[in-house]
Amino acid sequence: MENIIINTKDLTKTYKVGDIDVPALKHVNLSIKQGEFVAIMGASGSGKSTLMNLLGCLDMPTSGEYFLDGHNTSKMSKNEYADIRNQKIGFVFQGFNLLPRTTALENVELPLMYDRVDKIKDQHKQAIEALKRVGLGDRMHHIPSQLSGGQQQRVAIARALVNEPAMILADEPTGNLDSRTSVEVFNLFQKLNEEGITVVMVTHERDFASFAKRIVEMRDGRVIKDYFIKDRLNAEEELKRIEAEATIEE
Amino acid sequence: MKAKVILKVATKSILKSRLRSLLTALGIIIGVAAVVVMVAIGDGAQLKVEQQIASLGTNLIIITPGASNTGGVRGGAGTFNRFTFDDVDKITTQSTLAKAVSPVVMARAQVIGGIGNWFTMVQGVSPDYLDIREWPLESGEFFTERDVTSRNKVCVLGTDVVKNLFPNEDPIGQTIRIRSVPFKVIGVLTSKGQSSVGTSNDDVILAPSRTVLDRLAGGKFISSIQVSAQSSEKIPATIEELKGIMREAHKLTQGEADDFTIRDQSDITEAATETSRVLTILLASVAGVSLVVGGIGIMNIMLVSVTERTREIGIRLSIGARSSDILIQFLTEAIVLSLTGGIIGVLLSFLITYLLNHYTDQAAYIKPQVIMIAFGFAGAIGIFFGFYPARKAAGLNPIDALRYE
Repeated sequence: MENIIINTKDLTKTYKVGDIDVPALKHVNLSIKQGEFVAIMGASGSGKSTLMNLLGCLDMPTSGEYFLDGHNTSKMSKNEYADIRNQKIGFVFQGFNLLPRTTALENVELPLMYDRVDKIKDQHKQAIEALKRVGLGDRMHHIPSQLSGGQQQRVAIARALVNEPAMILADEPTGNLDSRTSVEVFNLFQKLNEEGITVVMVTHERDFASFAKRIVEMRDGRVIKDYFIKDRLNAEEELKRIEAEATIEE
Repeated sequence: MKAKVILKVATKSILKSRLRSLLTALGIIIGVAAVVVMVAIGDGAQLKVEQQIASLGTNLIIITPGASNTGGVRGGAGTFNRFTFDDVDKITTQSTLAKAVSPVVMARAQVIGGIGNWFTMVQGVSPDYLDIREWPLESGEFFTERDVTSRNKVCVLGTDVVKNLFPNEDPIGQTIRIRSVPFKVIGVLTSKGQSSVGTSNDDVILAPSRTVLDRLAGGKFISSIQVSAQSSEKIPATIEELKGIMREAHKLTQGEADDFTIRDQSDITEAATETSRVLTILLASVAGVSLVVGGIGIMNIMLVSVTERTREIGIRLSIGARSSDILIQFLTEAIVLSLTGGIIGVLLSFLITYLLNHYTDQAAYIKPQVIMIAFGFAGAIGIFFGFYPARKAAGLNPIDALRYE
């Protein structure tokens, strides 16, 4: 039996603006298994960011239930929310969100500092391993301003990996990157996914969504389409194609 | 989080903005240094006063004319009495507890002799006076009871007078003229330094009391009687006895108020130490205000820092920091800042008191407990003024904090 990482039942979120209720998410039922690579798509206002926040345990649903890796998160306290973010989820944001004036290694070590159960024994070694995994073994002592956008995002991915989470949640991970660097980042995601890591990402670019295995399309707070991609793009091949094009142009 | 990790994180973020941290700590540095130095100056002054009072002579009791509560209350104007030799004789003969008794007759006079002339204080006293004041002679000898009764014109000079009249020669055996009356110098006093009111103790000429009263004070009475008790424990009993003798000598009936005041050193000590204590409190509270202002400075900077680092807080929250982790982090930063400021402030105060003691005549003395109090106060200010910004940081919503630009 395959392990189910995400399972939502009638997940609903309503924001109150003054006296008016603004529904952002309406009865979403979603199930994601271990080892999947899901792209959540939709226009702005479709509710995909709200869904991300709920899946990331950054926000609590108005009603409905959310099981993360077998834990029912609906009845959790704020502290348990913090702990589950630390143990089960690795975040990758659009704006990288690295601590400025802090080395790549220290940034990657950050989640381990808040590890209350001491899941990871040798924290320093674990952080170095994570950076090597994203190909930044030689940039460990650089601060974010000394790194390119792509490198910064890879540091962020290493930070998301370091705690051995159940899944990586990526919110528009390539929104601040040029297309070539974006493909490089997706190449990394695909490699990590092949190694067995579950990846859930939000994007609004259909081209990039094709790097995933499954697409969940949203509109007006509901899931309108949920399907597996047949002609999935391989980021490594894409990279080779881009390089070949660049050589011809020269 | 472990304490070590918390301290490391706090120290790191303080060191990341060195200039700002320094400016923040500056308020505490100046505050702590000011408190310690001010209290040190107060304590130094107190110490000096105590030393000066000790230099008056131990077990000293002074009887002065007039009640301590003079004024309209005692309607009998003119009842203000000065003492006579009868009073002195009665004390000498009747008192069993007094070790030594001396009248003091004051006269200010122009003195001619040696290389020129000098205006000074002439005190008419008894041979016991040097015992009472614990004031040894440097050279020569002191006058005797015989000199007093036969009103001999002999005198003993203080070192200031010697300096001004006989800078280059031995004054003993020389004759000086006090208001045209020739006196023979028979001794020189040792130097006693400054008095508690800032005048020199050494600018004085001592002469037999009756000689001064007749020849110089012209009809004036004895201005005070100085008595020394046998020991400091016997001072209260001695005062009681003296009071009885004086009341009888002045024929005061029961219910009539004293027309004299008896004071011992504890009164003077108390008054003087009380004065310097009030001074210390005053100085310390002024300095304490600057410490509080320094604390508000910390709060201000920490609040700015929370706003500025909203995104950092969002990142920390999103990767699993609890609200309490954020609270502790910011609180620790404030405490580390203020304690570091406290340490630097104490070091600075050592430097300032060193300079004060070496380059000015202002005595400053740092008591160890003052350092502890200033240090504890700095820590308390860190907690007090760091708590509000820290709580503000901990209360942030991770989504809003991450989105903050």
